[in-house]
Amino acid sequence: MMDMWQNIILTIATAATPLLIAALGELVVERSGVLNLGVEGMMIMGAVTGFAVALATGNPWLGMIGAIIIGSLFSLLFGFLVLSIATNQVATGLSLTLLGIGLSGMIGEEFVGEPGVKLSNIEIPGLVDIPLVGRLLFGQDPIFYISIALVFGVMWFLFKTRTGLTLRSVGDNHDSAHALGIPVLRYRYFAVMFGGACAGLAGAHLTLVYTPQWIENMTSGRGWIALALVVFASWRPLRLLAGAYLFGAVSIGQLHAQALGLGIPSQFLSSLPYLATIVVLVIISTNRRLTLMNTPACLGKPFVPAR
Amino acid sequence: MLDFCLQPFSNAGMVSEEADNNKKQPEEPAPGQTMAGSDGVPMLEVRQIVKSFGPLKANDNVSLSVGSGEIHSLLGENGAGKSTLVKMLYGSLQPDTGEILWQGKPVNITSPSMARQTGIGMVFQHFSLFDSLSVADNILLSLEESFATSDVADKARQLSIDYGLPLNPHSIVGDLSVGERQRVEIVRCLLQNPDLIILDEPTSVLTPQEAENLFETLERLRSEGRSILYISHRLEEVKRMCDRATILRHGKVVGECDPAQETAESLASLMVGTNVNKANRRAAGEIGDPLLEITGANLPAGSPFAIALKNVNLTVRGGEVVGIAGVAGNGQSEFFRLVSGEDVIANADAINIRGTACGSSGINERRSLGAAFVPEERLGHGAIPDLSLSENLLLSRHGSDSAAFLRMGKLGLIRTEITLDATARICEKMDVRKTGEDPDASSLSGGNLQKFIMGRELDRQPSLLIVNQPTWGVDAGAAARIRQAMMDLAQSGCAVLVISQDLDEIFEISDRITVMHDGELSEPIPIEDATYEKIGLLMGGANPGHVLPEVEEHHHDDTTSGGAE
Repeated sequence: MMDMWQNIILTIATAATPLLIAALGELVVERSGVLNLGVEGMMIMGAVTGFAVALATGNPWLGMIGAIIIGSLFSLLFGFLVLSIATNQVATGLSLTLLGIGLSGMIGEEFVGEPGVKLSNIEIPGLVDIPLVGRLLFGQDPIFYISIALVFGVMWFLFKTRTGLTLRSVGDNHDSAHALGIPVLRYRYFAVMFGGACAGLAGAHLTLVYTPQWIENMTSGRGWIALALVVFASWRPLRLLAGAYLFGAVSIGQLHAQALGLGIPSQFLSSLPYLATIVVLVIISTNRRLTLMNTPACLGKPFVPAR
Repeated sequence: MLDFCLQPFSNAGMVSEEADNNKKQPEEPAPGQTMAGSDGVPMLEVRQIVKSFGPLKANDNVSLSVGSGEIHSLLGENGAGKSTLVKMLYGSLQPDTGEILWQGKPVNITSPSMARQTGIGMVFQHFSLFDSLSVADNILLSLEESFATSDVADKARQLSIDYGLPLNPHSIVGDLSVGERQRVEIVRCLLQNPDLIILDEPTSVLTPQEAENLFETLERLRSEGRSILYISHRLEEVKRMCDRATILRHGKVVGECDPAQETAESLASLMVGTNVNKANRRAAGEIGDPLLEITGANLPAGSPFAIALKNVNLTVRGGEVVGIAGVAGNGQSEFFRLVSGEDVIANADAINIRGTACGSSGINERRSLGAAFVPEERLGHGAIPDLSLSENLLLSRHGSDSAAFLRMGKLGLIRTEITLDATARICEKMDVRKTGEDPDASSLSGGNLQKFIMGRELDRQPSLLIVNQPTWGVDAGAAARIRQAMMDLAQSGCAVLVISQDLDEIFEISDRITVMHDGELSEPIPIEDATYEKIGLLMGGANPGHVLPEVEEHHHDDTTSGGAE
């Protein structure tokens, strides 16, 4: 019984980790005032890169690093378009997603069916054996620990450092920031690249930890859920942590429900995470004050310095 | 009458000796003059600066100097080049040619941060505060990296008390009134301990009493030997406050004077280049039936920073102009949305236009009743920037005047000829200067577009006209024209309701004046009984007959939204 609960908790953590990392990256991007709808595309590019590099070198760590680099380079393409030539952020983000899905399918064609390399867990002897939570806290894969560190790192950065304050100010009012001499575009470039790196890492989690193999379109909408999570969390890292685990629980819960053979069509159960996304977005948007107080006021607005 | 140096500086003949002649000869040594520059070297000197944007010369050989302990005014109309000059002084722009001397030495100010290090501080009018951040965070953002983060709140509080500008560092800026926001700007600037402070149109959003407080602060700064460059188009306060004035027109310096020796009229004609006529006050006409009646209208706030309207009552009769004064952000925009039907309310009887209850009807139904509306924002609200004038005309009238502009009934095909004719008629009547037959709305200057929008509404011969900020950012000539049009309309028996933050304008055209404060409308005061002081007190939130309350302290304590959970 105990083992079953431990397993459920572990699978929830594994399902939540890529959502959490990708959403954290997007949170920073949106705090700087940029809306990048290309999370799904950057994530799947990270996934295929991580798989390919790990397979070629036999070293999953190199795969992870490769995914981070490709994710941020891919986001740099988006950054150049929306920041330097001020294209429409929504359209550019959407095409980044389409490009990523197509490109990854092409790159990954030869990898379909190949067994991948798994990033091994970090286990602290002794502590791992604590009932229920031992494995969760002391025997997880490295990306899980990175994700938790990132939550607190981003929180500290945004709310305790001056650079973080400046980043938030750029998202709140880029004209004011410009008038004060803050290099608006430079901050946004770094934020976008951080978001890309996070999405790449989240993708690598899928192919190096979650299911060590390559399947075309294997992110299957996780990037979109990550985007919704940022709104759900009203741009706050701690709420994002809670949200990611809630969604992880829903998506794992439906698997267990299917296994138990409840008389509910499996298609309905598989759609639960997406339904939950819609329900949560509706609930969130009913509280306008909460949303508006935290929404970066310049979100999605292109910045063209006035003369 | 204009016996000061009036002749425009000739561009070619301007040599440095001439520039030296412009140097200030202080009539009286400024008190506490201990800083550099006390030996006659001006704090700041600008020599023959040129700055072009494409074919437009925004600054053409501009020279001026500001002595220490001097309040120097930079006068000029919108588009005269004041902002361009100031941006170059603050490092946001670089001059094409010419030089800037700081305490006698040439400097090259390449960024706002460098300007601050040099000793130049700036109090912006627009675009400089962050609504969702606390006061302390806002201040911190403009300070140099070396400034200890933890001290900011305490130092800001101390400084704000010292200068009589009380502030709570932990308040969220979005919750502050306009006057309080300006205090944040000033405290932020003073924390850098600048020698020269640039103030850009500081009083345009203040009540007369708040402006009075500001003047006291400025006097104090002057007595400390600091220099102030004061940008304004309010001539009375320039006359009162400033030691010297430089007047800009079309990017050129057209004169320098001691404003105290001038009259407001002489300064205005220098700024504009021609004589400016005040609108002719008409003889009190026949006051007719009520055309707009608002009784007990309420409108909840639509967003966190919006104002809720509480129990608004107002009647406007035919033949009169009613002015709504008030500091910006006290619910004027919300009121306009309520009256125009952009926001509808459930209680239809709360708003009556020509005797018809229409609180729950949309803007086109209200137009059909004979009302016309001119919103505050010209581009994006009053007109669509990328559409031509005729298209903009059609957009606002196809609903209410479909018979005139559309044919084939439900099919609604556009009568292009008629639309173009109407556009031409409006442009001619209102003297709209444009390039081409039917240009895009965005290609017109602010004043000309405002004249067009005004003309578009007048062309319908409305019986009720409601205008929000009719002359905001409009040059003096166009403003006079627009005011005259509104008064003529009232003369012809129409009811006119004007919302404006320009008190002079309100006093110039209104028959009755009411004040909007925090979403409430005061009892209208007939123009004969209205004084600046009375209206000013109402703008500050006091009831008539009561004294102004102590400056309200905001106690949000430590509930900063920026804190981590």
